[in-house]
Amino acid sequence: MSDASFVIEESRAPRVPVAAPSDYFALLKPRVMSLVIFTALAGILMAPTPPHPVIGFASLLAIAVGAGASGALNMWYESDIDAIMSRTKRRPIPAGRLSREEALAFGLVLSFLAVLTLGLVANWLAAGLLAFTIFFYVVIYTMWLKRSTPLNIVIGGAAGALPPIVGFAAAAGEVSLSSFVLFAIIFMWTPPHFWSLALLKSDDYGRAGVPMLPNVAGPDRTRLEIMLYALALAPIGVLPYAMGFASLAYGLISSVCGIGLAACAVATYREREGEAAKHAARRLFWFSIIYLFTLFLVLVVERVLHLTAFTS
Amino acid sequence: MAIEQFKVQHDEQDGVVLTSEQKQNRRARNIAIGVAVALLVGLFYVVTIVKLSGAVAHSAG
Repeated sequence: MSDASFVIEESRAPRVPVAAPSDYFALLKPRVMSLVIFTALAGILMAPTPPHPVIGFASLLAIAVGAGASGALNMWYESDIDAIMSRTKRRPIPAGRLSREEALAFGLVLSFLAVLTLGLVANWLAAGLLAFTIFFYVVIYTMWLKRSTPLNIVIGGAAGALPPIVGFAAAAGEVSLSSFVLFAIIFMWTPPHFWSLALLKSDDYGRAGVPMLPNVAGPDRTRLEIMLYALALAPIGVLPYAMGFASLAYGLISSVCGIGLAACAVATYREREGEAAKHAARRLFWFSIIYLFTLFLVLVVERVLHLTAFTS
Repeated sequence: MAIEQFKVQHDEQDGVVLTSEQKQNRRARNIAIGVAVALLVGLFYVVTIVKLSGAVAHSAG
């Protein structure tokens, strides 16, 4: 009796917000957001006539906040499995610093503000694409695919690959083949990147009931898929040069990086046992980050240099 | 008078008492919201000026 009354009293007690601003910032998944900023910037700079710096900055900010809002809504929905996985159990909701309702409200408000701002600052095509990106990441990937199919990150990867298209649309008011090539690079990069992590964290995903490829099809099949995607990605990474919207320097750097990525993927395929297998998967995971960062850095730098030379 | 005093004391006892950390976090949240709103206002102001100046230059040219 006393226990029951205690429970009722506890549930009636007002919840005191305890979160610091840093907890709200963590909801935005800052590391993912930084990747989005970088790839969207490449999309903006790829436009035939890049926008005024203030408009470009405001557009980039809106895209970044939209990506952050997706992260907050993802953490709202996934707080149950985040609490189980070692990689995510220190996030603000499972750690008890934020309630799910607070995260949901934060994500929805930021989504609305980001789409509205991008529409007013740039154009409504870009705003519509940003809204679609948020919808795809939260509803299609997080709510539907992630817990139902081992192809979750293959299809869901489209959400992470869209920022260059959104950025280009914000700058040019249309979509183009060049922005689709940047989309294709990120889209093909996502599976080998996340599956190499899944090879290392398969126990975590298994406990949480997330059907990642290593848990469903086994590690060997995953290593084969990683290798195939990496081998397909290497030539796609060179496409910006082959199609004439990046320099020879980009062509050389992307070729070398592509060979490096393919070599890491082949090593991951061949090393299947013990510490050597973990080492190969870990090396592929980190090299894939360096690969994507390098390609987009070169694209951004050479576009900035080109624009600087053009305006001076 | 005595009843009112009792009521005030009772409310004070029943109210939510924040710890110093909670008060500190609330203050930080309030500052963060204030800064974010100020930045948003500033951003929209600058964007408006840039868009207007472009339109004026276009119509004058």
